[in-house]
Amino acid sequence: MSENDQLSLDALRSGDRDEFARMVEAYSPRIYRLALRMLGDAQEAEDVLQETFLNAFRSLSRFEGRSSLGTWLHRIATNQALMRLRKREVPTFSVDEPVDDPDLGELPRQLVDWCCLPEEEFMTAEAQSQLDAAVEKLSPALRAVFTLRELQGLSTRETSEVLGISESAVKTRLLRARLQLREHLTAYFAERVQEVGYER
Amino acid sequence: MSGSKQRCKDLLGALSDYLDGDADERLCAEIERHMADCPDCRVLVDTLRKTIILYREREAGEGLPSDVQTRLYRRLNLEDLLPGT
Repeated sequence: MSENDQLSLDALRSGDRDEFARMVEAYSPRIYRLALRMLGDAQEAEDVLQETFLNAFRSLSRFEGRSSLGTWLHRIATNQALMRLRKREVPTFSVDEPVDDPDLGELPRQLVDWCCLPEEEFMTAEAQSQLDAAVEKLSPALRAVFTLRELQGLSTRETSEVLGISESAVKTRLLRARLQLREHLTAYFAERVQEVGYER
Repeated sequence: MSGSKQRCKDLLGALSDYLDGDADERLCAEIERHMADCPDCRVLVDTLRKTIILYREREAGEGLPSDVQTRLYRRLNLEDLLPGT
């Protein structure tokens, strides 16, 4: 996250509107994508986007700069999104999932090679909706790490700062998330392999 | 999984580091040696890599929709500073 290199923290802390607008311009696309991927709902993502910058505006005078501006904004947005996920009535995940246990348990079950499918198979609306559905099945803990680390491109250290967890927990959760997503996508793409008849 | 299932399980925990290029040379060689003899692990690694690529590719180039941007600047009382105005 290097967008804040050009921003003046002193100006932001003193309430400079132009500088605040520059910060919004620099970070709003990333914060919106983060919320959209975590919540899977455009309206809720927009609400989180607005709340994040409203909160930031109210708190900037107290921002001490111990983490980077980007990490701080990601933390506000992630907390907002996690609160919303936890409020949803019917959880699709187990709240007791031992997400930080380095023992990953069972070996992956689905072992069909679907990498051989032609590229257009991965671009269909149905395939893209499978990518979304797979993320929505992740628990909030795994979804947060996957979104920050994989989709937002934060480093392991930055992700651990945003979530307040250890770097080893970030690594474990990321691998768990990747394996679960792969398992979900394999169920779909293995069928496509059978239907279109591609085999390596 | 074929071969030693325990070996497959041992290497599973190192796959993120391997795919992200963070594994050291010794570990990479060990994983590649294992995959040469274990077709199941080869499939697992290939499909895991493809999974990561599919999500990363989709993320590239997605911007903030202009209507969302306009409402954000309005909510923050920054309409006069909306880019492009």
